[in-house]
Amino acid sequence: MQILVPFLGNEEHGGVMGKTLAEKIWADHIVSSAANEPDLLYIDLHLIHEVTSPQAFDGLRLAGRPVRRPDLTIATEDHNVPTLNIDQPIADPVSKLQVDTLRANCKEFGVRIHSLGDSQQGIVHVVGPQLGITQPGMTIVCGDSHTSTHGAFGALAFGIGTSEVEHVLATQTLPLIRPKTMAINVEGTLKAGVTSKDIILAIIAKIGTGGGQGYVLEYRGSAIRALSMEGRMTVCNMSIEAGARAGLIAPDETTFAYVKDKPHAPQGADWDAAVAYWKTLHTDSDATFDKEITINADELEPFVTWGTNPGQGLPLNAVVPNPAEIADAEERGAAERALTYMGLVAGTPLKSITVDTVFLGSCTNGRIEDLRAAAAILKGKKIAPSLRLLVVPGSAKVRLEAEAEGLDQVFLDAGGEWRNAGCSMCLGMNPDQLKPQERAASTSNRNFEGRQGKGGRTHLVSPLVAAATAIRGTLSSPSDL
Amino acid sequence: MEKFISHTGTAIPLRRSNVDTDQIIPAVYLKRVTKSGFEDGLFSAWRSDPEFVLNKAEYAGATVLVAGPDFGTGSSREHAVWALQNYGFKVVLSSRFADIFRGNSQKAGLLTVILPQEVIEELWQVIESDPTTSVTVDLEAKSVRFGSATHPFAIDDYTRWRLMEGLDDIGLTLQKIDEVSAFEAERASFKPKTLPALQ
Repeated sequence: MQILVPFLGNEEHGGVMGKTLAEKIWADHIVSSAANEPDLLYIDLHLIHEVTSPQAFDGLRLAGRPVRRPDLTIATEDHNVPTLNIDQPIADPVSKLQVDTLRANCKEFGVRIHSLGDSQQGIVHVVGPQLGITQPGMTIVCGDSHTSTHGAFGALAFGIGTSEVEHVLATQTLPLIRPKTMAINVEGTLKAGVTSKDIILAIIAKIGTGGGQGYVLEYRGSAIRALSMEGRMTVCNMSIEAGARAGLIAPDETTFAYVKDKPHAPQGADWDAAVAYWKTLHTDSDATFDKEITINADELEPFVTWGTNPGQGLPLNAVVPNPAEIADAEERGAAERALTYMGLVAGTPLKSITVDTVFLGSCTNGRIEDLRAAAAILKGKKIAPSLRLLVVPGSAKVRLEAEAEGLDQVFLDAGGEWRNAGCSMCLGMNPDQLKPQERAASTSNRNFEGRQGKGGRTHLVSPLVAAATAIRGTLSSPSDL
Repeated sequence: MEKFISHTGTAIPLRRSNVDTDQIIPAVYLKRVTKSGFEDGLFSAWRSDPEFVLNKAEYAGATVLVAGPDFGTGSSREHAVWALQNYGFKVVLSSRFADIFRGNSQKAGLLTVILPQEVIEELWQVIESDPTTSVTVDLEAKSVRFGSATHPFAIDDYTRWRLMEGLDDIGLTLQKIDEVSAFEAERASFKPKTLPALQ
């Protein structure tokens, strides 16, 4: 952790340049560094799941290599598991084989696993934080692009492919080219009914789905500092939707308080040493970013996507845009294709769009705070006739917590379905899918064509908008109730 | 991994931007536990349209995919790279690639080359007017050639060397394993461990 490397910053003060948060974490994890080569970075935590790991374990077996650090590795079953009848064998034989393969691999290589039915099973990015193994200043990877979620703790966390999963299993390191840094300043105070989800949807609409390519994003400013850990996780989660592999937030008292009583939090003298280190994890006042943008939180409204990429979003009070008014030819073509796929006509008020399914869940908005926010809106109300409300907690622990608070009964009384934990309809890999042309308001992260089921149409929203939409049957915010 | 020095083949124009990994291969195709057999899922939603460019007879056998900007956005699934390779593609050309997709392609030996959008447009026109046009992607010379045109491209020296040598990344890192051990000896004691499991 003492290796000195040349800094990326441009400014110099008396021979010492300030560093950004991302640069500090990077520097603290360099195992080796040489000119014209990627840095070799140490990985503090490797999260694995059933979909992107089987080929990596096969690679280890072929080469006769062990998992170098099973004690820095943890597995859970999330992407491809059913959310109904979890006490029975998985009905789809191909899915069952994939889950069984993960279990067998974890047993063979000595990796801790939380399987379906276990009280710590759930979406990998919900499980890490709730166990307290996600902590500030760490490098965290997973074969899943939403690993950026853990950046909320001031960790450098990013998604990797299966070749890299194998590399981390074998060596606990990754060769990486240092990314550039971008500051996203969100200053001001959110209005009532506006949430962290609206912040990140507004950011992606502003910088585009490729705006963050090659960068680590650092979310800063008073509106970010005011967010809970759950809210910060929602923001960091969707960094990848802006093209950035990682997004992070400097740890503060909110972070320390969240970590403190978790099962794997440091204890005693280790806690004091950890907090002392964590308090150094902020961007120095004289550090410079390669790029900076600013968002005014005072002006933000509840956001919703109208198209087929997460950058195609607008405030809920807007109308479906007219592609003819888009100057850039490529964007215009994309907007035309998106409206055709979504079955929408330019000029239609977004609030008049009728929805068939509301999905509340995912690693973006499947935590206890999200369920509480939606339940507060739905309490004592009924969902619109013929609408389907699917509530899928992010983890088994979130499910148990929600049940202890009676939230499950709120959703059931309103006419919704209460499911077991998993990725579910966010990616439609298990049986929870939209039918062709079915339209969803979804608290998840991607509105790609066919993402939630072949031909399905997705509008990304916050849990508050999801709940209000479930009641009214058209895209709505709580203020419309 | 197979060495990549240079590749010559015919090319397919994919005139779409923001082709995300759910379009390249939908999640329902990710259940296999092998690296092969993903070609049937490649662009599966679009393949049902007979007019889709991959279904056109004149482009059969093409090995170079010429895509719009922001190719490979979305998930980290390396299955997207395997699906392209399983189908027969050796190279993808685009003006912008998503970071994770590009990283995955370079690990798996699918060459992804960044060219200016004007060159992509030029190449689209050339291969649409003559689908038999031969396109050479030369990693050694760092250039793409078709007809009388030669366009240089940039790629970092390390990745180029590794692809040209066909080297296994893990093998390279294991040569530095003593440095990894030395780093581990210095790691702070407060860093969390997943074992023993605490709940």
